[in-house]
Amino acid sequence: MSKTFPRGGVHPPENKISADAVIEQLQLAEQVIIPIAQHIGAPASPVVNKGDAVKAGQIIATSQGFVSANIHSSVSGKVNKVDKVLDSTGYKQTCIVIDVEGDEWVENVDLSPEIKKEFDFSGEEIIKKCSDMGIVGMGGATFPSHVKLSLPPGKKCNVLIINGVECEPYLTSDHRLMLERGEEILIGTTILMKALGVDRAMVGIENNKPDAISHMTLLASEFKGIEVHGLKVKYPQGCEKQLIKALINREVPSGGLPMDVGTVVHNVGTAFAVYEAVQKNKPLIERVVTITGKDIPRPVNLKVRIGTPLTKLVEAAGGLPEQTGKIVNGGPMMGKAVGSLDIPVTKGISGLVLINEAEAKRNVTGPCIRCAKCISACPMGLEPYLLMTLTEKGFKEKAESERIMDCMECGSCSYICPANRPLLDYIRLGKWFTGKIIRERMHK
Amino acid sequence: MSSTVLFTIISLSVLGLSAALILFFVAQKFKVYEDPRIDEVEQSLPGANCGGCGFAGCRNFAEALVKAESFDGLNCPVGGNETMSKAAEILGKEPVEVEPRVAVVRCNGTPEHRPRTTLYDGVPDCTIANNLYGGETDCEYGCLGLGECVEACDFNAMFMNSETALPVIIDDNCVACGACVKACPRNIIELRKKAKKDRKIYVSCINEDKGGPARKACRVACIGCSKCFKVCTFDAITMDNNLAFIDSDKCKFCRKCEPECPTDSILELNFPPRKIKEETEVELKSE
Amino acid sequence: MNNLLRVSLSPHEQSKESTSKLMFGVVIALLPALLASVWFFGRAAILVTAVSVASCVVFEYLIQRFLIKREPSIRDGSAVVTGILLAFCLPVNLPVWLIVLGAFVAIGIGKLTFGGLGSNPFNPALVGRVFLFLSFPVQMTTWPVPKGFATKYADAVTGATPLSILNENYDKVAIDQLMTDSQAGLPGHMQAFWGEMGGSLGEIAAFALVIGLIFMLIRKIITWHIPVSILGTVLLFTGILWLANPSDNADPLYHLLTGGLLLGAIFMATDYVTSPMSSRGMIIYGVGIGILTVLIRRFGAYPEGVQFAILIMNAFTPLINSYVKPARFGEEVNRG
Repeated sequence: MSKTFPRGGVHPPENKISADAVIEQLQLAEQVIIPIAQHIGAPASPVVNKGDAVKAGQIIATSQGFVSANIHSSVSGKVNKVDKVLDSTGYKQTCIVIDVEGDEWVENVDLSPEIKKEFDFSGEEIIKKCSDMGIVGMGGATFPSHVKLSLPPGKKCNVLIINGVECEPYLTSDHRLMLERGEEILIGTTILMKALGVDRAMVGIENNKPDAISHMTLLASEFKGIEVHGLKVKYPQGCEKQLIKALINREVPSGGLPMDVGTVVHNVGTAFAVYEAVQKNKPLIERVVTITGKDIPRPVNLKVRIGTPLTKLVEAAGGLPEQTGKIVNGGPMMGKAVGSLDIPVTKGISGLVLINEAEAKRNVTGPCIRCAKCISACPMGLEPYLLMTLTEKGFKEKAESERIMDCMECGSCSYICPANRPLLDYIRLGKWFTGKIIRERMHK
Repeated sequence: MSSTVLFTIISLSVLGLSAALILFFVAQKFKVYEDPRIDEVEQSLPGANCGGCGFAGCRNFAEALVKAESFDGLNCPVGGNETMSKAAEILGKEPVEVEPRVAVVRCNGTPEHRPRTTLYDGVPDCTIANNLYGGETDCEYGCLGLGECVEACDFNAMFMNSETALPVIIDDNCVACGACVKACPRNIIELRKKAKKDRKIYVSCINEDKGGPARKACRVACIGCSKCFKVCTFDAITMDNNLAFIDSDKCKFCRKCEPECPTDSILELNFPPRKIKEETEVELKSE
Repeated sequence: MNNLLRVSLSPHEQSKESTSKLMFGVVIALLPALLASVWFFGRAAILVTAVSVASCVVFEYLIQRFLIKREPSIRDGSAVVTGILLAFCLPVNLPVWLIVLGAFVAIGIGKLTFGGLGSNPFNPALVGRVFLFLSFPVQMTTWPVPKGFATKYADAVTGATPLSILNENYDKVAIDQLMTDSQAGLPGHMQAFWGEMGGSLGEIAAFALVIGLIFMLIRKIITWHIPVSILGTVLLFTGILWLANPSDNADPLYHLLTGGLLLGAIFMATDYVTSPMSSRGMIIYGVGIGILTVLIRRFGAYPEGVQFAILIMNAFTPLINSYVKPARFGEEVNRG
């Protein structure tokens, strides 16, 4: 019997069209745009200026404070400008624009293809390496990994969880990474285990990837303390609270973190990046991005350098289909719709889903029929219909006591609503108001 | 009279009297002393409870007026100076003359001037759209056209023009309560000093991008060229972040700045027509 | 590409569920009971149902279009469901004008005065039914004797329902003897199961209603909580009564199979708008309906209590929704 989380969840169609597409290396673009804020926390501060020559792997913006991350150049060339450019946030942000010349790397970076299994770094050295190399969560959250690995005094961790679930429809970058670079992922896992001081790790993979499960299980037999678990296919299994509940049956308390229940969760992509950082001295400058959609000529999984404009990726997949109505950065359930393909790939972009006009159009909203399907679907035990009404009518304080801040914005409620009510739109607005109220209260 | 009727009358009267007595004593015991002047002042206020004074309703404002030493900083925009003098009279304090203001929408990005590059089909709420992205156009400072300001107005002083996709302010109804200013997530609406005959001169743009991108996004954007700044002899214009701003308190309506603006970003409304003159057009880098 | 890209908040996918699909599912679930009714009562069943549905839809359209002046919402199918459910609570020989009046009260007063679908606190079909019952008690309590397909509409021959017979005889005659007395006119358990008994249009055929319940459960239109808690509570309390005093009470299974209990528990009480939203709340609601039904049936003046029980508990639904919340994630912290 496969494990799963008991409460809530929906079953959107999987559409893993690109699951069989082997990862391809995308050729270098002519110009890359690297935002200084690709992570949660303070944006990095640029240390290069217009006209400077840079090499691939060179640090170009330094982390500002503990919850921040370094940014490295993904290419070699000359800095064109440091200016505000439109990026995936929907607004113009400060970016370092580099004209690409050749592909020279800084010294120390090991570009050889051999897999290095042994390492003798201490836990602190590993955490410092992650910080130096700009490693952030690759599942989309982009939380700086060195912060996640630095447990505050008093918090102990007894198991590491590796997230290979990829519950979003369409996305397959993690799937392909596990199939093609499984060993590196597991080495990265052991490195993370050392950093956290645990001797047990669990890799969670959804049952719709049986090849990945068997491949990883086989590889994991060579590693001490790593177990691979197949999980029932249910969205949002990949959200960390639900993954923790399914694998070790512990519930992260409201407002708390996974370390409160003795665990830390990292994406398989992050584990891979940690391997490259620690064993190969390679900073985080490229990642696998899935380009997919029902009408796309050639769904692909591309390995691209950070900063490559998305137009290049869509070109490699065969070009933008005629009737595209919406382009989503991420999966269709939690991803962000983008207005232009001129924006760059960042550390957090795991895929691009191209939805045709007919499916992209939102259906007409009806009145709430109080069917309670949103309540059955909510994995956090909230009442989305109520949170929407409270926000619409302006009851901001009541929303807080109804636990609106617990909402993970997974989208299950809006998905299942038979009346097509924009539940998550309003809940997001309510969280924004409530966040402001909480911050004002903390300042007093 | 039958005994039933008599008994009924007596028992009900006794009940009524005792209830009245209890209520009377309870009211006396738990009475909260309130300065009777608060009621008087509240009567003189418009009673719209709009919050334009900065207080939560007319009664709270009346309390503040009674407690305050002077009327400095206290003003009811709806009632204006007339109401403030009445309140001052009741309290025996000096009224402070405040110049009336009116709300002005500082954006002229119609679909003609500012082409749409995406289609927003989420919930028509400006705060939600603003949190999501820069908007349907390439100007991320401009009006989103979803009408949160119009909904916030309690005085029927605003409506959304469906052709220009911009809010329109009806000057006669606007009492400068500030609700629309607070509602707009982009701070596009400003309360400017009201001039005679509803005349206005203002920069209809708050875009802080450099001239090139600003003009690319919108034909009538302020490009920060400073030409208006250079001709103003009253120090009313300031330049900040590639954007010009005309201070309505300092502006003397000399109208020298408007023809200088190469992008027609400065709007002058309700003035007599100018004599037509030959003007050289400044051409900027086109797309 | 000619069209502009769309931008909005996630999720960017919608499930195929819709309000009208759910309503249509309920209509299908009601079809077995309608067919059973035609089998026992003849063409009259179709006539009554058709008049009821047509009146409900027409009144909803007219009132929304001309009185409320908004876009009519008849396409969502809820008026059709109300029409069928109203018809199911009426005796088959009810005059047409009363059916129309009932539909007007159900839709106009029970639903639209409160704001339309989603805003009504009381089940509209029951509002219509109770209005007719209290205002026209004679017509609403004369049921035709089932004579199969040959029955003519407004047949002169009428008979009593099992519950009305029981109600007349409580504390007068030994009930257990009455049940076995063939002269008394009480149908046996099997007859009650298949539907060969007097009663309203839709409530007679227990088996057909249960088929509808299974269909709705499989299609995930309703969950098990409300029907099971109502029926379970009724079984429990009638069981207690019967065990305490077998000569004065009918057995629990008989109570389950007769009257409008199954119709109410499966279709009326499970109405989305008027029932609680959380699972725990639904069970409290169901238990309340069960207790009230048993009280009214056994100790009250009316032979059938389900309609009042459901309306009373409908009034409690907002209270239940306020205080009974679903279990929140992370409430009980498990330390590993």
